[in-house]
Amino acid sequence: MQRIFEFLIGLVFGLGLILSGMSNPGKVLGFLDLAGNWDPSLAFVMGGAILVGLIAFQVARKRTQTFLGGALKLPNRTDIDKRLVLGSLTFGVGWGLAGFCPGPALVSLGSGQIKGLIFVAAMVAGMGIYELLNRKTS
Amino acid sequence: MTIDWANFTPWAALSGGVLIGLAAALFILFFGRVLGISGIVSGLLKPVSGDTGWRIAFVLGIFAAPWVWLLFSEPVNVTIDAGTGTLIIAGLLVGLGTRYGSGCTSGHGVCGLSRLSPRSLVATLGFMATGFITVYIVRHLVG
Repeated sequence: MQRIFEFLIGLVFGLGLILSGMSNPGKVLGFLDLAGNWDPSLAFVMGGAILVGLIAFQVARKRTQTFLGGALKLPNRTDIDKRLVLGSLTFGVGWGLAGFCPGPALVSLGSGQIKGLIFVAAMVAGMGIYELLNRKTS
Repeated sequence: MTIDWANFTPWAALSGGVLIGLAAALFILFFGRVLGISGIVSGLLKPVSGDTGWRIAFVLGIFAAPWVWLLFSEPVNVTIDAGTGTLIIAGLLVGLGTRYGSGCTSGHGVCGLSRLSPRSLVATLGFMATGFITVYIVRHLVG
């Protein structure tokens, strides 16, 4: 039963990406192209998502359990380290090169686009390289 | 800078954003987890017993989205200009960068900013900055 609910949340998320235009790399690059013919749409995607998110996380912050009684895990790190900064800067370069971030790339793969498959395969390989480089020797 | 009015879709963007926020809200309030795609996908690389089912169910939901969309609406316009080589390099950078940076557009950009996390603010400003710079270089300096 819970699996169905998780599937449906993924579905809502994916539909949001499609409706908003995020799943179209051309539109993402139109937003990132400040010096060209700029399409500000994606600022509205972030705005809409954060509008709802602000309320949800306000509620979440006051709780230790979910509505279903499970553990509610909010990240508690506050340190700003080199990994966070360099990692995010690296991610942005990849995002700007292809116009794909992880969510929209999964939508593209799901719809059967070969370019989505290539990107996701490379992305998973990148994550795998990270795992190899950061393997705990315990 | 000029505004691309022909492609500017504020209402679709805003309502799509609300759906994305709704998914993130349901995820934290019912399952107690931050909705971050890079984290959800990378967790499948080193499966931990009891911690993979929800990831697979969620990813399958995303895969289903374009098909469900077609049941109710016209296909959306998707333009992918990048060639195979660029896609591979970009994918590798996104995979590596989101692991080192502990998140992507959903985990840091949507959820992190919603919970007013300083780490996520730094991450989001970082990837937006290099995203803008990369497109500037590719389209206006090289291209």
